[in-house]
Amino acid sequence: MKKIKQDNYQQWSKEYQKMRGVPAEQDLKYNLSGIPIKPIYTAHDIKEETLSYPGEYPYTRGLYPTMYRGRGWSRRQLIGLDTPERFNERQREMIKAGSNAVSLIFCNSFYRGYDADAVDPLLVGTCGTPINTIEDMEIAFDQIPIDKISIALNDPIGFTGLAMLLVIADRRGIPYSKITGTSNQSDFISHFVANHMFYRISLEGSLKILLDHIKYTNKYVPNWNPVSIVGQHMQQAGATPAQALAFTISTGITYIEETLKQGLLIDTFAPRFTFFYDISISMFEEIAKFRAGRRIWAKLLKERFGAKDPRSLRFKFHGQTSGAELTRQQPLNNIVRVTIQAMAGILGGAQSLHTDSYDEALGTPIEEAARIAINTQNILAEESGIADVIDPIGGSYYLERLTDQMEEEVWGYIQKIDEMGGMLEAVRKGYVQKVIGESAEKYQRQVDSNQKVIVGVNKYQIDESEDKRPNLTRVDQKLVQKHLKRLENFKNRRDKSKVDEALSRIVSATNNDELNIFEETILAVSVGCTHGEIIETLRKCYGFGHPNIV
Amino acid sequence: MERQIKVLVTKIGLDGHDRGARVVASSFRNAGMEVIYTSPWQKIEDVVNITLQEDVDIVAISSLAYDHLIVPKLIEALQSEGLGDKKVLVGGIIPREDEEMLLNAGVKKIFHPGETLDSIVEYVENIMGKTSMK
Repeated sequence: MKKIKQDNYQQWSKEYQKMRGVPAEQDLKYNLSGIPIKPIYTAHDIKEETLSYPGEYPYTRGLYPTMYRGRGWSRRQLIGLDTPERFNERQREMIKAGSNAVSLIFCNSFYRGYDADAVDPLLVGTCGTPINTIEDMEIAFDQIPIDKISIALNDPIGFTGLAMLLVIADRRGIPYSKITGTSNQSDFISHFVANHMFYRISLEGSLKILLDHIKYTNKYVPNWNPVSIVGQHMQQAGATPAQALAFTISTGITYIEETLKQGLLIDTFAPRFTFFYDISISMFEEIAKFRAGRRIWAKLLKERFGAKDPRSLRFKFHGQTSGAELTRQQPLNNIVRVTIQAMAGILGGAQSLHTDSYDEALGTPIEEAARIAINTQNILAEESGIADVIDPIGGSYYLERLTDQMEEEVWGYIQKIDEMGGMLEAVRKGYVQKVIGESAEKYQRQVDSNQKVIVGVNKYQIDESEDKRPNLTRVDQKLVQKHLKRLENFKNRRDKSKVDEALSRIVSATNNDELNIFEETILAVSVGCTHGEIIETLRKCYGFGHPNIV
Repeated sequence: MERQIKVLVTKIGLDGHDRGARVVASSFRNAGMEVIYTSPWQKIEDVVNITLQEDVDIVAISSLAYDHLIVPKLIEALQSEGLGDKKVLVGGIIPREDEEMLLNAGVKKIFHPGETLDSIVEYVENIMGKTSMK
């Protein structure tokens, strides 16, 4: 380490106190995670430890030696439009506009485990694309080169989305090894504790479904990431960045332990574990979160699980800018918020990034807003120079200290959850739910009391009765009717006896460790079982999952 | 004696994002109201039944993902059970274009993001105060 030549800290400190009336050490602010922030950081604040290089254990400065010099982050925009046709059209436009990865958001009825014909027609196609059958999926992916582009499916346990994608691969003669991407919503624990948008099956049933999915992809779809552990839900539900990081890592520990029990070796599956995080506007805190996350995961995998393959130690994550921070008031301000959040993700070393559209507090994004969102990434990547240097803020006294503090904070929670018997127990007891709920309320109180400023909401408000907000795209009921008609025709056309047989094979797999639920699911969608039928079957076998919310 | 204000906080339809509903329910509770908080995805008939059995004063619906579109159906169902006097409030992501539709259907008030918890509580106390003075 460099010697500090002349240290005028005392003198500075005196000046500071004179002007502020309090000693600098006591003039603290607190970030979202509750970590005290001093007015200045100096060489005294950092450990005598040399920073490792990017690609070097414990990966503080990035997962790969070249980082964005070698390969930029994936600009992966989540897209879900009200029909498979419209999803397909928008997706192809986004690929032209610079997106190099697909991300499919399903609609609310899909997430509740229903087909479009089982819900109020007014709610079909809300918030995403209704995919009920293999036919819908073929329309959604028409002319999209599924062997050349990375695909994220927002596919909760049951994994009917990936099953359909694999059937399309079969029909196009594409080997499964060419299919790359992620099951973005496989983390059922996060659905129990934080995101109640998804259908839930009992914890035990969910675990078997996930493990079968891991085992199947491990063997047959080797370039697919079957597990994405979702801190995004937790942080959007109110968890602080430190809590979200801690709870996801504890979840990761549980999934690893359970997969090991299935007889898989750590280095055969751990490289395919990925994470998905929210990125708040608290920029330095978020960068520290990601740096600390890389360190903790690497240490855990190496020391606790004995992983040898460096790929197992890598904490790969997709980041999404925080939607909960976007405001309905003066919505164009959100473009600025998203830019700062996205910078935090990039400076934090994200592998993949989604930037929100500025109108997300108003409804499903209009096309122009979606284009600005992807261009925010394009500008950051190709105009700003932000990606020219690896870990460019690394070495900042403040950031290094904050990374250490974040790490300490997170280990504290991990230890606590270990003592409770692991994440599944902590969820059964309602502990995680309680922590998240308390943080959400604390945050709201700070906003309400103006301790936390949100521009346009509790400060710098304007009269917005006359403002021009974008016109919203609505679900077209004519398209809904067309979709429902197609589903009806599809159901009439298929061979009912094959459907019944496939569903009964799923039932058998639910209570037999020799049979694989996911393998049966692929067969089921290929003979025409619908998403709703498959989920209903699983739900009947395993029972509904009740989160313990306190 | 003053009757405690009784509020049902719930979500209907398909979406389950319940951070807002939970935070609002908890501030009603802190303000001394009796709160019934349900899990998300209630069916319209469930909400009608709870309203009837629990004799709540306020039905507060949180909607973040278009479930507000079926609020008029809920109000119709409440009315046909003779519960038209219950005050239905809606909070969450409600597009401007839908406000008139909801107010015409009988929604008493719409709360948008940015509303403080205190002002929501105050609003409920006010409308209930006025009612009891009648």
